[in-house]
This record gives sequence, structure tokens and C-alpha cells, in this order.
Amino acid sequence: MATTTIRVNLLFSFFILLAQWSPALSDLVITKADRKIDLTSQVMRVTTTLKIENPDNDPISEVLLPFGDDHAKDLAFLVATTSEGKGKTKTSSSSLPIKVVKPEDMPPSLTWYSVSLPKKLAKGQSLNLEVRTAFTHALQPFPEKITQADIQLLVFQESAYYLSPYAVNVQTLGVKLPEPKVESYTKLENTKYSGSEIKYGPYENRPPFSFAQIAVHFVSNKPFAVAQELVREIEISHWGNVQITEHYNLVNAGARSIGEFSRLEYQARPHLRGASSFRHLVAKLPPRAHSIYYRDEIGNISTSNIWGDSSKTLLEIEPRYPMFGGWKTTFTIGYGLPLKDYLFHAEGKRFLNISFGCPMDEVVVENLVVKVILPEGSKDISVSVPFPVKESRETKFSHLDMIGRPVVVLEKTNAVPEHNQYFQVYYRFSNLSLLREPMMLISGFFFLFVACIIYMHADLTISKSSPSYLAKLQWDEVQTALQQIQSIINRCLSIHDKLEASLRDLSRTGDVQACKAARKSADNMLKELSKDLKPLLSFLQSSTLSASSYSKVEELVAKEKELQEKLMVKHTTVADSYEKKSGGRDIENRIAPIQQRITALRQEVDDLLETIDEI
Amino acid sequence: MEKATDLFSLKSLKLKTKQQELLLRISILGLVYILAFITRLFSVLRYESMIHEFDPYFNYRTTLYLTQKGFYDFWNWFDSESWYPLGRIIGGTLYPGLMVTAAFIYWTLRFLRFAVHIREVCVLTAPFFASNTTLVAYFFGKELWDSGAGLVAAALIAICPGYISRSVAGSYDNEGVAIFALLLTFYLFVKAVKTGSLAWSLASAFGYFYMVSAWGGYVFIINLIPLYVLVLLVVGRYSMRLYVAYNCMYILGMLLAMQIRFVGFQHVQSGEHMAAMGVFFLMQVFYFLDWLKHLLNDQKLFQAFLRITLTCAISVGAIALGVGTASGYISPWTGRFYSLLDPTYAKDHIPIIASVSEHQPTAWSSFMFDFHILLILFPAGLYFCFKRLSDATIFIVMYGLTSMYFAGVMVRLILVATPAVCLISAIAVSATIKNLSQLVRTKAKPTQGGSGKGTTSTKASSKGALDRSLPYQRNGAIALLVGAFYLLTRYAIHCTWVTSEAYSSPSIVLAARGAHGNRVIFDDYREAYYWLRQNTPQDAKVMSWWDYGYQITAMGNRTVIVDNNTWNNTHIATVGRAMSSYEDEAYEIMRSLDVDYVLVVFGGVTGYSSDDINKFLWMVRIGGGVFPVIKEPDYLVNGEYRVDKGAAPKMLNCLMYKLSYYRFGELTTEYGQPPGYDRARGVEIGNKDIKLEYLEEAFTTSNWIVRIYKVKPPKNRW
Repeated sequence: MATTTIRVNLLFSFFILLAQWSPALSDLVITKADRKIDLTSQVMRVTTTLKIENPDNDPISEVLLPFGDDHAKDLAFLVATTSEGKGKTKTSSSSLPIKVVKPEDMPPSLTWYSVSLPKKLAKGQSLNLEVRTAFTHALQPFPEKITQADIQLLVFQESAYYLSPYAVNVQTLGVKLPEPKVESYTKLENTKYSGSEIKYGPYENRPPFSFAQIAVHFVSNKPFAVAQELVREIEISHWGNVQITEHYNLVNAGARSIGEFSRLEYQARPHLRGASSFRHLVAKLPPRAHSIYYRDEIGNISTSNIWGDSSKTLLEIEPRYPMFGGWKTTFTIGYGLPLKDYLFHAEGKRFLNISFGCPMDEVVVENLVVKVILPEGSKDISVSVPFPVKESRETKFSHLDMIGRPVVVLEKTNAVPEHNQYFQVYYRFSNLSLLREPMMLISGFFFLFVACIIYMHADLTISKSSPSYLAKLQWDEVQTALQQIQSIINRCLSIHDKLEASLRDLSRTGDVQACKAARKSADNMLKELSKDLKPLLSFLQSSTLSASSYSKVEELVAKEKELQEKLMVKHTTVADSYEKKSGGRDIENRIAPIQQRITALRQEVDDLLETIDEI
Repeated sequence: MEKATDLFSLKSLKLKTKQQELLLRISILGLVYILAFITRLFSVLRYESMIHEFDPYFNYRTTLYLTQKGFYDFWNWFDSESWYPLGRIIGGTLYPGLMVTAAFIYWTLRFLRFAVHIREVCVLTAPFFASNTTLVAYFFGKELWDSGAGLVAAALIAICPGYISRSVAGSYDNEGVAIFALLLTFYLFVKAVKTGSLAWSLASAFGYFYMVSAWGGYVFIINLIPLYVLVLLVVGRYSMRLYVAYNCMYILGMLLAMQIRFVGFQHVQSGEHMAAMGVFFLMQVFYFLDWLKHLLNDQKLFQAFLRITLTCAISVGAIALGVGTASGYISPWTGRFYSLLDPTYAKDHIPIIASVSEHQPTAWSSFMFDFHILLILFPAGLYFCFKRLSDATIFIVMYGLTSMYFAGVMVRLILVATPAVCLISAIAVSATIKNLSQLVRTKAKPTQGGSGKGTTSTKASSKGALDRSLPYQRNGAIALLVGAFYLLTRYAIHCTWVTSEAYSSPSIVLAARGAHGNRVIFDDYREAYYWLRQNTPQDAKVMSWWDYGYQITAMGNRTVIVDNNTWNNTHIATVGRAMSSYEDEAYEIMRSLDVDYVLVVFGGVTGYSSDDINKFLWMVRIGGGVFPVIKEPDYLVNGEYRVDKGAAPKMLNCLMYKLSYYRFGELTTEYGQPPGYDRARGVEIGNKDIKLEYLEEAFTTSNWIVRIYKVKPPKNRW
């Protein structure tokens, strides 16, 4: 307890100093101040309802809110609204503009915020002002180090009176605790403790800067999940996806764990042995989030669960190990969102409308960096965020980028769930730029193939006179000659087929003249082909490389010639027979020996063609 | 008319047989290339894109360093995070081929503007090189036999489990690229011998350089090639082609290999490389004699001269070798080399080599497991090779036989034998199928060609006449073809099954089937390593058995005392000694090594059997090998190793036992068993009341597989 006492004393002396300061900045009077302090999580949330009256002065347009320096540095969130009416019909306006001011003749250890009222407060008028604040790090674990079996105790300090430069007529303070267990609390007059709530007040007619130190030492096993750094990358792809990647650097900022960690104890009684540790966190992702992953530097983390409905997707992630006080971990979660839910058009510009903060309600972020990665070629970028942030630009290179994608970097310290508001990034982007990357790929492959074709057709031989090169050239010629011969023979064979077909026509129609004409034309064509064949054959004969193939080719040509002749004989025989009107059986008998020979020859020619093909 | 034009265009589109064959070949090769890649992706699909096993983590860590800091920093890297307090000179003690390859691929992709992560590159390097190996296998097979054999070889090696075991996605190890380099070197050398061209032998020298830079197995090349050359000399197949190929490859390969720091001057200084040099000199002598013979042109004179020269040459060589060895200029053979020649050597002399499971002699079942039908096809292929002997087939026969022997000595060397087995089997398959299909086709043709008028009766070809003498030949051939097809199908099914069941688990993440058939994942290793990484001081030193060293440095990012690069036996023995001593003695050792945390792997809760208690006897043996205080019999009862009540007292109180079983006696692991029931060994432990005096439990993973203890600071003396 020693350390706390010292701190309390210091605080106390500081406030005594304050109290001696001359009051009266203006003569506003707070007729009623109700403060509710919510300590159920690691963020201290204070809701102050003030009723302000302007007794006898000029109209006033500003109300000052002071915070002690020790609290001011932890102030994460501050919003003030006016509310009119009473009870259930109360309507709140939108939040009022707030700025930091430094009034003169005021104690230097205070930070001042000035709330501009929507309309001036004239004499005798009153106004309801609701101020909501959130503080991080306001709750200190005490003792600072605990073992696995201990419960976590926190200390909380405040003034029982509302710190204000104005006189306060009636005020109350309510402190809400997470569990109905209190180690100790400061007892002043009108202090009531019941269940998990401690009530101070009402106190009446306190002068400006009144102060009464209170401290509450209470049990809290709420997780103290603090992200020392969170980098959110929001990458827009105009192909229809917004990819969000969040890198967490998480620590349990509660009471440090010392001594043994016993898995046995933790397994057997997790709520007693390891009460202050937390095992999992829940991220509230937008609906229709897809391709969700959860990993860290060394790979995927298999302990996560996901539920979803039409209004949200819940991702429950479990770090690799239970997070005891002081233990750290880092991890990355990522997910994709449909683009059309978040990207809109306005005045020729596109804008992204997406939430700013961390999707986990229990996590306080000390240093939040939001990076919006716009598609390559975006111009005229502007940002609108509902609270002050530090803004800068950088570029990022991703797949197939030439000049890099513009990145908007927004930095915010001490982010609490209240910062989870929508912000907008405006930019211009031409739809034609979308086609750039596919075109790049297509042209890349195109040039690759062109290069291949050029390589195949180009002659890259260094020495054109070397024997191996000459031999290769010659061999190529032989090959082409062989191929030509093959094609000629094939054409001959197809003419043969035509002749056969004409015979079949004859048997069907009995038109002898047509048949004869067909024979004539076939004969002419065959003659022409054999003319073509001659130079090729002589070339093969002269070539030294084709000695082995030449004999085969010769044989092939001879066989084909014979086949040709036999076919002609058959054809004439059949045609003649038809002219003489011979019987079918008679014709059959006459051509039978020829037909046999033809089939055999045809077979041989086919075989020879195949063997030549294999050369 | 329209019909006619249609027909014409179709005919012109119809490809010629040659082109058809080329298209078929290319598309088959393309499919095999893709198949080889995707069959290795089981683990990525089933788990995630992650690095497997132990050594790959070191390779990954060094690759990461290379890509972040550049080549020169990598080359000069002194790693103080391992082998504390000795450290390790990384650049001089590793084969950089793999890392440089991966980094090169990474930089190329980056240059082409593909924003890939280096981890993805590392994970997919092995499958990529396996695909490339199939291409090399095709060309090699084509060189050895014909393009059909090449295609079969490519298909066989693409899915052969013996190779897949070391090249699945995530198995980012030297072997992944080394097998490619090995086969490439052999192919290029065979090509060089066949053509006698300087260009091919130059290429093979570069292939050899790549192999040297990638894996210690290059010693196999530098011994096999001289042996091959020697055999060719002996059987009288010496030729100018061989002379050119070997000399160019050896000299250039040697000079290039000296650029690798880890290899250095071993080519001229170590006993393992002397064979190559001997053959080199022999070759010069041979050439010289050949020339003299030609010059003298006198048989008698030449005989006399030959005698003198040979005696001189051999004695000079022997003296040089003797003097070199005696003066220590030529180092003797290393233990690993000895253990290859004599499988019992390691067991008796070097427990640290014997303790590695992949250094054990191979069981028959694992041959069957890794080769399946190739084991039967291999002898058949050898028969075909002998039937058509050439320089190339002699090479593949020698490669096959020697590598088969080595595969029998050490399990991991099955990997080296796999390409040879695939190639030789491919020859068998291709030759058989070619013969059979020829038989089937010659008979089938007349029926196909006889589309005319009732001509089936004619049998023109002479082959047909020959066939008639063997009546059931065609049916037999068809039956055999169907049989071959069936066998190959079985092979494909077996390979896929083995790949998916046996070789695709990352071993970092353990998976088991739950009671309802659902998959239960034990991710305890990464849980512990990540805890170390996040929640211990940056300079904490972690003591564990050496198996986990690489993983702790790579994933935990903490300094370790020993790791998988087992270069200092004494240091490992010290850790073994600490683990097998009583706690107070161990504390002294740990204090002297500045140990902050001790990590043990324990499978008693999950039934995970490769934990430290089961490895413990090796720690005792290795520790006892250097420190005679540790005696193996102290831990055994009647030669039996046990952990229950009947265990040896020293066993029940040594550090390893205490750390593994600390507070385990209070835990009920299985229904119907007393608390403290060890599921990995199936016994109730003997010492349930374990108190730790100098250490405290810092972290235990959710399934108790990894337990980390913090070494307490010394007690205040006052």
C-alpha cells in the first residue's frame, strides 16, 4: 500500500495548491452535476451531466472543462452534447465543437478544453450539457505483480467533487465496479456502498476547484488487452474487394505475472488460477466479410472461430497461449469486404467510407496507424476524419506496380472503441487504369511467345562453314524432300480413292461417260504428280545423307506406280464391262485377281510410308 | 461445294505424324511437369504454407537473412544465436546453393513485380525443382534409351515416393535442389562422354559446381564419375571423347568447387576426393602411353616401357598419398564416409551419427514403401541395359548399383538412388511396352487397312507369316500390356497414397483424429516457440536437446546452446550430461553455460512418442562418450529402459526425468488409469513427487508437449 499512499499525498498537495488559486473565470454556475464513472473495463468512462446557468452576466458562448494533468494525458476521448427537455423526452444534439485553450491566470497543471455552445447562453438561462470522456491507463493494478493464484486488484483515484472553475450547487458521483468486491474505498460523508456501486454525494454548494481525494481499491479480472501498436491496412481493389489487414502487437497490461506458470493449475481451475488472464478476444467484423485469416510471423494460428449473421461477423481469436499479466503476443488478422458496400461516388470523385478503429471492443490501442492503400494512379486524394489525427503519405509497391500505390497514413494515439467511427477518403481514379495490369500481363506473355518464335526461326550458328552445320543444313533439305515425297504419294493415294469412288458411282448410276471422264482427269493429275516427283527423287539420289532412305523411297515410288497401273486396269475393265453390259458376277470374276493385288500393294505402300515417316 | 471446302480445311489442319508426336511428347512432358508440382502440395492444402521439419528452419532463417541483408553480409555472417558461447560462422559452414537459389527466385519475382513473400518462395522451391528434375530425367532417359523411355522416366520420377519424401512443399532442404543438380550433372556428363564435346563437359562442370554449392552429397558424384571412367578404361572403352569429357569436367569442376568456402581445398586435401585425382593422373598416363605406343610402333619395346612407367607412376602416386596422409596434408576419411562403407562403424564409434533416425540402415519395407514396383522393374531394366551396352547405359548401371548399395546402408540415401531406379525402370517399362505394342499393332493393321471389299483373308506382310508360328502371341501381348498398365496404375495409386499419408505432414503441427472422427490439431511446438519469442528477454539462452535448436532460433528467435548442425560433439555431450545429471549438478553446468531457460519435449499427455524421454538414452550415450561420469547402465535396470516404479534411481532423479514429469503425477491423462499415467510409454510413472529446487516451470503448452523451465538465479549467500 506504501506506493499508493505516496501518490495520494502528492495528488492531494497538488490540489491544495489548486484550491488556493483565485477563482472566477466567469460567473457561470453549475446548478447540478451528476457524474457516473464506469470502471467495468480497462477504459475508465466518465459521463458527466451538467446543468449550467448564467446568473447575471453577458451572454456566454463557451464552457470550460478542465482536467488535471495526470488525467489529461490519459484522455482518449471527449465529446460534449447539449440536451434539452427532461426525462424521457430528452433529445441530444450532435456533438459540440471542442478545442484546447489556455486561459490566463489559471493553474498551469490543468489542461483546458473549451466547449462552444450552439447558441449563446443569455442571462438567467440554463442549459443541460452532457460530457462523455474515456480515459486509458487510469486504472493501476495494485499490487503490480501477482502470481498465478492471485486475483487482480486495481486502484482508482478521483476527486469526490467535480473539478470545475465554476461553483457547483449540487453534485453526485457514482462509481460502478466490475465485481461486487472491494478491498477498500475512501469513506467521506454521504458515501454509500452497495453491490458493485459506490455513491458519493449529494454534496451542496462547493466553490470552484473543490477537491476531495477518493481512492477505490477493487477486484477486477477484466482483460487488460492493450495493443501497443495496431497497423490497419485497407487496400482497395477496383476488381471488387477491400482487403483489410490488421497487425496487432498486444500485451496484457494488467498486473504482471510472476513466479511459476503451472499448466496443471490453469487446466484444472482456469477461473481461480489465472483469473486475470484472458484467453480469447472477439472481433466484430462487418457483415459479408470473407477470406478471413488469423496468423502470426511463424504461421497460421488454428484456434479461432467465426459466426456470422446479416448484421455482423464475429471472429473469436485465441492467441497461441493464455495471456497472463505482462505477456505479449503479435498476430495478424485479415479479411476481405465487398467493394460496393464501402466505395461510393460523389461529385465525380470516389470515396471510401469505412470504420476507423480496432474491431475488438475490449482492446485499447496505444498507437493506431490506419493505412489506406488506393489503387495505382489515384489522384486528388483528401481525407475526412471526425476527430484529429496525424496524416501523411507514402507509396507501396504491390503486384505488377510500376509507380506504386498511393497510401494515406493516419495515426492516432490512445484509441478506444469510441473511435470506431466512419471516415472518408476521397480520390479520383479512371476506370481505364483498371485494364493496365491485365494488359501488362498479356503483353508480357505475348512478347515471350514472340521471342520464342524468333528464337526457333533464327539461325544462331556462329560458324556457317563448319561441317556439322553444313551437314545439318543438308539433312534439313533431305527431310523436306522426304516430306514432299510423302505428301505427293498421299495425294496419289487420295486420287486412287477417287477412282474407286467413281467405280462405285458407276455401279449405282450406270453412267459410263462420267466414269471415263473421272478416269481421264485422274490420269492427268497422276501424271502431273509423277512429274513433280522426279526432281525430288533425283535430289535424294544425289544426296549423301539419304542413302538408307533412298532405297525405301525408290521402293515406295515403284510400288505406287504399280498400284496406279493396276487400278487403271481395273477401272478400264470395269468400265468396259459396263459398256458391254456384262453381268455383275462376271465383272467380279474378271477383276478379282487384280483387286487382290491392289489390296496387297496398298498395304505395302502404307507400311512404307510409315517407315519413311520414322526416319 | 461447302462440304468439299470443309473437308479440305480439315485435312490441312490435320497434323503430320512427326508433329503429332512432338505435340504429344510436349504435352505429356508439360502434364508431368505440372503433376510433379501439384502432387507435392498436399501439405499446403491440408495445413498451410509453412516450413517443415528441423533443418529447413535453419535454411529459411538464413534465406531470410540473405534477402534482407544481401549476399556479402550473408557470406560473412557470424551467428551468435546458436552454439552459445561458441557461435557459428554461417557463411563458412553451410552449402549456400539452396538459399541463393531461393533468394534469386525471390529477387526475380520481385523484379517482375510480383509481391511474393520469401516464405512462399521457400515453401515452393522444392516442388519447383522436382518439376525441373522430371525434365532432366526425360532428357537423360532419351540419352540412355529413347524418347519413350525418357517420358516414362519423367513420369516415374515425378511421383516416386523416394524423391517426394524430401521435396514436398515446405521441405525446404538442400536435397530439394540437390537431386536436380545431381541428375543434371550426370546427364550433362553422359552427354559429354557421348559427344566428346567441350561445351557439354563445361556444362557438366557447372552442374557439378551447383551441386557442390547445394549439398554435401556431391562427394557421391566426385567418386562415381572417376569410378565410371576407370571402368570404361578397364573394359577398353577408352576414347578421346572420354578424355575430353573427364578432364574438362574434373579440372573446372574442382576449381569451381573451391569457391564454396565450406568445401575449400578439400578436393586436393581430403581422402574422399583422392579417387578423382588418381583417375585424372591415370588418364594422363593412359593418354601418354597411347601416344608412345603410336610413336614407338614396336610391341616389345613398348611392353618394357609400359612396365617401367606403370611401376613408377603407381609408386609415385602411392608415396605421394602416403606422405600426404602422414603429414596431415590429406585428411583421412570422415566418420560419415566410414559409416557408409561399414554400416556398423557409426554404432560403435560415433553415437551422434547413429542417433539420427535417417542414418539407420534401411529396412526392406521402406524400400517397398519408397519404390513399389520400381523395385521389381529395376533388375529388368538392368537386363535391358546390359543387352544394349553403351557408354551411357554403363553409366546408369553403375549409378544404379552403387546408389542402391548406399540406399541400403542409410535410409536417407534412398533419395540418391531414386533417380537411377526411376531411369532404369523406365527403360524396362518403355522397352517392354514398345515390344508388346509392336506385336499388337502388326497384327491389328490388316483389319484396319482392309476397308475395301472383303479382303480380310489376305495376309501380305512377312511378319504376319512369322506370327502364325506363335498362336497366342497377340493375346499374350495384350494381356501383358494390360498387366503393365495395371502395375503402373497401382504404382500411381501407391505413390499418391504415400505422399498424402506419410510425407505431407509438417511435423511441426501434429494432427490426430478425435473421438468423433474430427481432426484435432496439436500446435504445441509453435505455441512454445512463440511464447519464447514474445515473453523472454531478447538475450535469453535456451538449452534443449539439439533436435530443436534450429526451430528455436528460427521461430523462437532466441539463442540456443546446441542445434542440428552437430559440429561440436563436446558441446552436445555437455548438454547431454546436464540432462542426465541430478538437478544440482545440472545446475552447475547450466550456470556455466549461462542458460536461462530449459526446453524439453514431452509426449506423456498426448501419446506423442518422439519426445525427449524416448531420446534420452542417446543423450546419455553421447554425454557418456565425452564425460565418463555418465554411465549408461546407471539408467537401465537389467539392460531395460523404463520410467515406472521399477526404473533405476538415477533415472528417476535426473534432470530430464524431473523436467518431463514435473507435476505430471497429479494429472489424470486417461480414463480408468491412475494419475501420472504416461500415454506415450503406457506406464504409470515412478516418481510422482517431483520438487524442483533450481528451476521453475515457466511455460507448458496446452497439450504439455513442450515444457519450458526457467533457471532461477543463484541464491543469495547471506
